[in-house]
Amino acid sequence: MKQNLIEIAYLVSAIMFIYGLKRLQSPATARKGNQLAALGMLVAVVATLFLHQILTPIQMITGVVIGSGIGALLAKRVEMTGMPELVAAFNGFGGIASALVAGAEIAKILAEVSSGGLAEPLDGVDAVTISLSILIGMVTFTGSFVAFGKLSERISGNPMSFPGMRFLTLLFVAAAIGAIAWMTMNMDAIGGTGLVLTPMVEAGIVIAIAGALLGILLVIPIGGADMPVVVALLNSYSGMAAAATGFVLDNTALIVSGALVGASGLILTNIMCEAMNRSLFNVLVGGFGGDAGSGSGPSASSEGLTVNSTSADDVAILLSYANKVIFVPGYGMAVAQAQHAVRELAEELAKKDVEVKFAVHPVAGRMPGHMNVLLAEANVPYDQLFEMDEINAEFETTDVAVVIGANDVVNPAARHDKASPIYGMPILNVDQASTAIVLKRSMRPGYAGVDNELFYKPNTQMLFGDAKESIVKVTNEVKAL
Amino acid sequence: MLDNLIIFILASIIGSEVISKVPQTLHTPLMSGSNAISGITIVGALVVAGMVDDPWAVYVGVAALIFATINVVGGFMVTDRMLQMFKKKE
Repeated sequence: MKQNLIEIAYLVSAIMFIYGLKRLQSPATARKGNQLAALGMLVAVVATLFLHQILTPIQMITGVVIGSGIGALLAKRVEMTGMPELVAAFNGFGGIASALVAGAEIAKILAEVSSGGLAEPLDGVDAVTISLSILIGMVTFTGSFVAFGKLSERISGNPMSFPGMRFLTLLFVAAAIGAIAWMTMNMDAIGGTGLVLTPMVEAGIVIAIAGALLGILLVIPIGGADMPVVVALLNSYSGMAAAATGFVLDNTALIVSGALVGASGLILTNIMCEAMNRSLFNVLVGGFGGDAGSGSGPSASSEGLTVNSTSADDVAILLSYANKVIFVPGYGMAVAQAQHAVRELAEELAKKDVEVKFAVHPVAGRMPGHMNVLLAEANVPYDQLFEMDEINAEFETTDVAVVIGANDVVNPAARHDKASPIYGMPILNVDQASTAIVLKRSMRPGYAGVDNELFYKPNTQMLFGDAKESIVKVTNEVKAL
Repeated sequence: MLDNLIIFILASIIGSEVISKVPQTLHTPLMSGSNAISGITIVGALVVAGMVDDPWAVYVGVAALIFATINVVGGFMVTDRMLQMFKKKE
């Protein structure tokens, strides 16, 4: 009876997760959706606590209180610009939790054996599920924290590799597979005697170490520009890890939720890859793109070309007398914390009957949808934000396109220059606007380390300086007009 | 085992259908929210650590519980914080 009640509670929470995610299909219902999913989680936790025979409730409640405190603190204190690294860190915590649950399951099996036999006989399937849960969990854990380090610039965003790295990766994969096989074979050999369980612990440790090293090796060769893909992929892994743990424990709640998250992460990964015209394999092999800071000025191809530099007053006049203006934000806007200033400028222009829109490229920022969150924080209404496919046709009829800290996603070379590393990547057609204004600190190349031919076009004007200061100046000029 | 596999595959299909319709605007909250859902491991930690009175199972399980709870509570809270900022033009 109790077992049935638990299963029903898990079914209820699974349904709440699915409908919660469904409400994320529109910004109007999204908040309710997230709350519904949170409530679903509460149902699952409460049902587990009260319906299972929890023998150590004090320890369990202490664990929940500590975790809640840390989680709440992190969630409250994070800046919206720091969201990518926070999500990466949370992914990592999810991964290590899955690995530890599988580890605790091993401890539980050992305890049962030493206290006179197992409740249920074990077979090879149990060994494989436990092993996979540890492996995926550890890969997610270390991979996420390397991503966290790169995103928060605690470690270099440049792709890192060394001779023999591929070989080392293969070696660790082989070690993990070997350990899984070792554990499986010894599970078969238990046969009720329970004397050969130490190989299970040994194999578990080998798998954990191999997984941890694999996670690091898989993320360090990936460059900063590809981080949105990695974060999405690790999100998928954290779901897979939860599902794998569900297989270990025979727990439907974990399997369903894990599958939902796994699917979500994979879809986002796919969207990101398409938006960069790269295959997932190509991203994972790595070596593409480094820190914006590593560039040494315009490359050889742009020598001899000149750029048009403009001033805040001229930009203000241009914007004030335009019919239609499209803002194109990029990560540079976030770095300069210019989103509030941009919103103020947009409002001033709207007062002068200028039609204002925002065009957001799918990979602008450091994670999927990052720009949208920053603009929402600055109170830009979401019905002014447009996706690339919705707005690209409109640049031809736009008077001024204002590029704020975006670079590679507006580089026309992606359309025609087969030699360019970003060739084939869908871009925002900023160059088709009557005038393109590019706000930039200097002529340094973007995150992908590629020079941008947009800057040298005759209808492009560069407004050099800190994006926030420039926008404030322009806004003041617009007000004065 | 086969039952679990069936559940897993069906849930993946539902997940793909629901999530592929989420607009780009909400991709960051989708990631942090779904990430919080993956903290369902919290249930696994409770089950495995709470049901055996073996010290090691409890130590490892409580560690898992703490990490999973950070994931769940932090994930849902930060998603809520983000979503309340999404406003329509008044």
